[in-house]
Amino acid sequence: MSDHDAPPTLGLSTGPATSLAYHTGAWRTERPVYVDLAPPCSLACPSGEDIRAWLGSTQEGEAGFEAAWRQIVAANPLPAVMGRICYHPCQAACNRGEVDEEVGINAVERFLGDTAIARGWALPEPGASSGRRVLVVGSGPAGLSAAYHLRRRGHEVVVREAAAQPGGMMRYGIPAYRLPRDVLAAEIRRIEATGVRIECGARVESLDEAQAEFDAVVLTVGAGVAHHVDIPAGAAAKIVDAIDVLRDVASGHAPLLGRRVAVYGGGNTAMDAARTARRLGAQDAVVVYRRTREQMPAHPTELEDAVGEGVRVQWLSTISEVSGPTVTIERMELDEDGRPRGTGEFEELDADTVMLAVGQEADLSLLAGVTDVEVRDGVIAVDPGTLMTGRDGVFAAGDASPGSRTATFAIGRGARAAAAVDAWLASRVLPAEPVLREATADRLTPWYYSDAPQQHRAELEAARRVTGFEEVLTGLDAEHAVFEARRCMSCGSCFECDNCFGMCPDDAIRKLGPGMRYEIDYDYCKGCGICAAECPCGAIDMIPEVR
Amino acid sequence: MSTVHIPFLQTGTLAVGGRLLDDAERSVQSHADRPSSLTKGHRACQGCAEALAARWVMDTAVEATDGRLVVANATGCLEVFSTLYPESAWKPPWIHSLFANAAAVATGIASSLHAQGRDDVRVLAQGGDGGTVDIGLAAVSGMFERNDDVLYVCYDNQGYMNTGVQRSSATPASARTATTPAVGRHPGAPQGTGKSMVKIAMAHEIPYVASATVADLRDLEHKVRTAMAIRGARYLHVLVPCPLGWGSQSSESISLSRAAVQSGIFPVVEARAGELTDVQRIRERADVEEYLRPQARFAHLFKPGGEDGLQRWRALAEANIRHYDLLGGRP
Amino acid sequence: MREVLEGSQAVARTVARCRPGVVCAYPISPQTHIVEALSVMARTGELSACEYVNVESEFSAMSVSIGASAAGSRAYTATASQGLLYMAEAVYNAAGMGLPIVMTVANRAVGAPINIWNDHSDAMAMRDAGWLQLYAADNQEAADLHVIAFAAAEELGIPAMVCMDGFVLTHATDVLELATQEQIDAFLPPYSPAQALDIENPSTIGTMAGPESFTETKYLQHLRFLDAAGVIEAWSERFRKAFGREAGGLVARYDPDTLDRDGDAPPASAEDLAVVAMGSVVGTLQATLAPMRAEGLPVRLVGIGAYRPFPREALKAALGDSRHIVVVDRALELGAGGVLTGDVGRALAHTGSRIHSVVAGLGGRPILEASLRDAVRRALADELPALDFLDLKAGGVPEPPVGATEVAR
Repeated sequence: MSDHDAPPTLGLSTGPATSLAYHTGAWRTERPVYVDLAPPCSLACPSGEDIRAWLGSTQEGEAGFEAAWRQIVAANPLPAVMGRICYHPCQAACNRGEVDEEVGINAVERFLGDTAIARGWALPEPGASSGRRVLVVGSGPAGLSAAYHLRRRGHEVVVREAAAQPGGMMRYGIPAYRLPRDVLAAEIRRIEATGVRIECGARVESLDEAQAEFDAVVLTVGAGVAHHVDIPAGAAAKIVDAIDVLRDVASGHAPLLGRRVAVYGGGNTAMDAARTARRLGAQDAVVVYRRTREQMPAHPTELEDAVGEGVRVQWLSTISEVSGPTVTIERMELDEDGRPRGTGEFEELDADTVMLAVGQEADLSLLAGVTDVEVRDGVIAVDPGTLMTGRDGVFAAGDASPGSRTATFAIGRGARAAAAVDAWLASRVLPAEPVLREATADRLTPWYYSDAPQQHRAELEAARRVTGFEEVLTGLDAEHAVFEARRCMSCGSCFECDNCFGMCPDDAIRKLGPGMRYEIDYDYCKGCGICAAECPCGAIDMIPEVR
Repeated sequence: MSTVHIPFLQTGTLAVGGRLLDDAERSVQSHADRPSSLTKGHRACQGCAEALAARWVMDTAVEATDGRLVVANATGCLEVFSTLYPESAWKPPWIHSLFANAAAVATGIASSLHAQGRDDVRVLAQGGDGGTVDIGLAAVSGMFERNDDVLYVCYDNQGYMNTGVQRSSATPASARTATTPAVGRHPGAPQGTGKSMVKIAMAHEIPYVASATVADLRDLEHKVRTAMAIRGARYLHVLVPCPLGWGSQSSESISLSRAAVQSGIFPVVEARAGELTDVQRIRERADVEEYLRPQARFAHLFKPGGEDGLQRWRALAEANIRHYDLLGGRP
Repeated sequence: MREVLEGSQAVARTVARCRPGVVCAYPISPQTHIVEALSVMARTGELSACEYVNVESEFSAMSVSIGASAAGSRAYTATASQGLLYMAEAVYNAAGMGLPIVMTVANRAVGAPINIWNDHSDAMAMRDAGWLQLYAADNQEAADLHVIAFAAAEELGIPAMVCMDGFVLTHATDVLELATQEQIDAFLPPYSPAQALDIENPSTIGTMAGPESFTETKYLQHLRFLDAAGVIEAWSERFRKAFGREAGGLVARYDPDTLDRDGDAPPASAEDLAVVAMGSVVGTLQATLAPMRAEGLPVRLVGIGAYRPFPREALKAALGDSRHIVVVDRALELGAGGVLTGDVGRALAHTGSRIHSVVAGLGGRPILEASLRDAVRRALADELPALDFLDLKAGGVPEPPVGATEVAR
C-alpha cells in the first residue's frame, strides 16, 4: 500500500558499539606513554643491583625466589653476605620512606641469599672460554666480585690472597656476630664452583711477574693496614690497632684486653672494636670521638647496636695521652666551620687497653718501584671510567682504589673492573655507565599502596649478645620476606596494577595479559591524563602531542 | 565497608587490579575481557568521570546479571556524548526517552519484563543530577515508592553541564555556575541550598541506597553487585567530577573524588530500608582545601572575602564527619 | 451478546481483551472509570499476564508506557485534559520513538478556567504530536475503535489515541455488543514489536539526531504517517467484515435520508449543505438532520473518524460536489475559529467552498438539537457567519457576587 520504502521511524535506533567509527584520539593535545625509570634504590646501590626487579620476583612468593636471587647475582655474587653487612644506601633512598617506612631491602636480600645457600643454588654457568687469563690480587669483596664477573665472561681467573683464608675485610675486619663465617664461606665456595681458583697464602710480590703470567691483573688488595696517630704514651700503655684485634679474633686468636677498653675513632671499625671488646670480657667499652654524633662516620645502626650492648661514647673528645691504666682526654668544641678544636679542659679515663680505630690504609708494597702505577692520597690512581691504572692491563678496585670504602661499593667496582678488563682484552671501548632518569617520589601516587609497616628483623637480646659472637640480627622467614618485598612500590616501572586500564574514561587502554602490561589505543585516547595521574608508580609520562 | 578486602599485595583494595591477585579477587574493571558496556568512541570531554563511572557501574551490573541487563537513560551529557546518531557507544540494550522520565521508563521496562515472565532480565536507570534531583525527582520518587525492581543510578556532577554549566539543586554552596556567577556580595551558589538525594532516597525506605565515587572502584563495584542481588527499588548516587563544569584539570577527576571523600565533604554510605548500615571511613584525612582549591568554580573562596565561604565548607566537612562518624572514633 | 454498559466499562473490557502487557495510568476525570475497571480486572485476573501500574503523574504514565512498549509489551494508558498536556512531552516522544502505544483520551476541556467537562481542546493540542487520533461517535464505536487502534498502531509503529467525549460517552450507558475475547484473539495479531530492548540483539533506542539527520528523520516519519490512512482504512474494513458493524474508518458517511451510518452512502451533491463533525455530536446531528431531510432541506452529514492523519481525500470524496460546509467544532483556536474547521479548510483549499465554523459544546455546554437546527437553517439562508458560537449567551459571564472584602469596605 505504501509507495515508499521508509522504515518504521524507530526513534533513530542504532546498533551497539557503533561509536568505534568515531576516533576521539584526534582531540588529544598530550599523549600518555609508558616509561621505565630508574628507581632511587638501584641508583643508590653501589653494587648496581636491580633491586626493584628482584623485589618484584620475590613478591610472587616461592615461585619467584630463585628468579629473584638470580637477578641479584647478576650484579652481586654475595647476597647472603651483603644481606648482613651492607649499609644499604638503597633503603635510605627508598621512596617508601616518605609513605611510611622504607622497604627493608637488605633483609629480603639476606633472606634470598640464605635461601640460595640452603637450597644449593649455583651461580650461572660461565660463558664460553675466552682463552684469556686474569689475575685478581686479593679476595675481598672487590676481588671476589671482579673474579666472578670475569669468570662469567669466560676468562680463566686466579685469585691470589696473602692471608690464610679468602674474604679480606669480610673475614678479618667484620666480627662474626655480624657475618657468620659459614655464610661467607658458602658464598665464596659458590664462586669457586664457577671455576675461579682462589690461592690463599699467596702474596703477589711482583707486578711484572704477574703480568708475565696473566693477560690482565686486577689489584684489589684492600685497606687492611691500620692508620696510626701519634699519642704520647707511657711504657705501661697498652695501645693496639682495632683492625688487628678484629683480625686476630677472626683468626681464632682472641687477645686479652682487660676490663676497661677505650676505642679511639668514630667509624664502623670503632664500633666493631668496642662491641668485640664487650664480647671479649670488657665491662666498660668507651668510644672516644673528636666530633659529634651527627658528624660520626659510623653507620647509625652500628652506633645504636653498640650502645644497645652497653658501649659508651665520649663525644667531642680526643685522647691526648695514655699512661698506664689512665687515659687523658681533652674536651673539644666545634668552631664556626664545624671543626673540632681543643678547649684546654682535660679529664681522665680508666682504660686497660686503648684500641686505635682512626682509619686504614692500603698495603701497596706490591707497587714499590713500579713507576707507571700512580699512588695518590694513599690509593691507586685509576681512570674513573675503566678503572685502569697507569699501566696497560693493570686495573684496580675496592678499598685500594679511590671511592667509598664499603663492601657494596667494592662489589660494584669489582664488577666494573671485570667489564673493563673484558673490554680491554677484546680491544673494545667500555661504554660509559648510562645516565638514568630517576623515578622520584613526586611522580608517585602513594594512595594506592596499602598501609604496611616494615617487617623488622628480630635482634638478639643485648645480654646474650655481649657474651658471644652469635649473629645479632636474625633473618626474615619466607612469609615476612614476601610481605616486605611487596612493600616495594616499583617506582617508575609498571607492575600491572590495572589502574590505567580500569580508570580510562575512554576505554582506550588494552590489557595485554600477565607480564605484557598495556597498550594505549591512540585512536581513542583523548589525552586526559588520568592514567598518568593515577599510576601508583609514576610509569606514565604525558608528552605534548605532535601532529 | 563490606567490600571484598584485598590482602596486601603491593597495592591493596584501592587499585583497580594487581598482577598478584587471584581471578576471583579481581575487580570487573581489571579483566582484559570486561564488558566495556560504554565503549570507546564516545564524545565525553577529556577526563569525564561520568563516562568512567557509567562504564564501571554498567560493567558490574552486566556481570552481576550475566548479561541480562536493560538500561534506561535520562537526557543529559551521558546520553548526548554516547549516542549521536548513527553511533552508539553502548553495548547493552539501551533506551533514551526524555530528561525527566528515566525512572518511569525503567518501571515500564521492568513491568513489561515481569508481564512477559522475564524476571531474569534486570533494569538499570541512570541520569545526571539534573535528571534525578530536579526535573526527574517525581518519577524517581514514584519508582521508589512503588518499590519497582529498578536500580537507579545518579551520576552527580553537581550542575547542568550539558547545557553549559548552570546551577542545579545539587550544586553545592558557593560553586560558580553560569547562573550563579562568582560576583556580588555572595558569589556563587547560595549557601544552605541543595538537596541530599541519598537522604531523600533513604526516606523512601527502599531496600538499598548507597553513595560511591570514582575514587574507589571496588567499593562502587561492590555496591552495584549488592544492588543487583536485591529486588525492588535501589538507588546509587555517584559523585562524578566534571572538568568542564568544575574548572579542574582533566587528570584530576579521580583525585578530586578522593579529596571529597577524605575531607568528609562527600560521605560514602550504604543504607537498607531507610537505615544507615555502613559508612566508608576516612583513610587519610584531607583538608577541604585539597578538594576545593583545584576547582576554578571555587576560586573566589581563596581570594579576599572568601574566608567565610571556606569556613562554611570546613563546617560542612566537620558536620559530616560527626554525623556519619567518618573517622570511626579516631581524633 | 448485547448488554447494558457504561462507555468506560465497555472500553475497559475491550482493552483488556486486547491483552495489553502493561496498563499504566494516573487518575483524572473523566477517564477514571476506565482505569478503575482495568485495575479491578488486573486484580481479579480477568486481565492476565498484565502489569497494572499506578503512577504519580500522567507524565510517568506515558513514560512507563514508553518503557513497556520498548521492552516488547502492548502498552495502554488513558487520560484527559490537563493530564494529556502534562504528559505532552512524552506523547511526542512516544511517537518519535515509533512505539505503538494506545491511549484513550476521554476528551475534556483544558483550563484555565478549570473545567472537567467535555470538549476537544485536549486532543487538539496534541494534533501534531505524531499520534493517530481516532474519534468515537458513540460508545459502541469507542469500544470497537480500540481493537482497530491496536492493530493499526502496531502495523504502523505509530501510537494511537482513541478519543471519546468525556462524560457524554465515558459515563453514558448504552446497549452495546462487545467484541469477545475469542473474536479479538482471532482478529488482532499478537504484539510483535518492530524494535525492542532485547538482550539477545541489543540495540540503542532514542539516539540524538543532529542537523545533518533530523530533517530526514522527520521526513521519513511523515511518509510513514501518510501510510496510516490506508492502514486505518484497511483495518476498519477488516473489522467490518469480521464483526458485521462499522467502526473506525477515515470518514463516516451517512444515509442521506435515514442518517444511519452507511459506508456506501453517495457523496453529497452540489446543492447540499454538508455538516462535518466528529465525536458524539455526530449522534446529535443524526437526530437533528433526519427531520430536516424529511422537510426536504438539502443537508448531508459527514463524520470525521480519523482526525490524524487528517483524511483529506476521503473527506473530499464524501463531500462530493458540495461546496457549502458547516463544521461543528468542539475546540477553539483563539483568534481564528474551530480547530477542525482549519483542517477542513485546508483540505478544501482551491475548491471555492464556503465554510462555516460553528463552535459548540465548549467545556461541557450541551449541544441542543434545536440550536444545531437553527444554525443549519441560518446556513441554508446564508445568515450564518463564518464563525458562530452556538448558544453564546449575551452579556458574557456573570459578575462575581460581592465578597466579604468588598462588604467590609
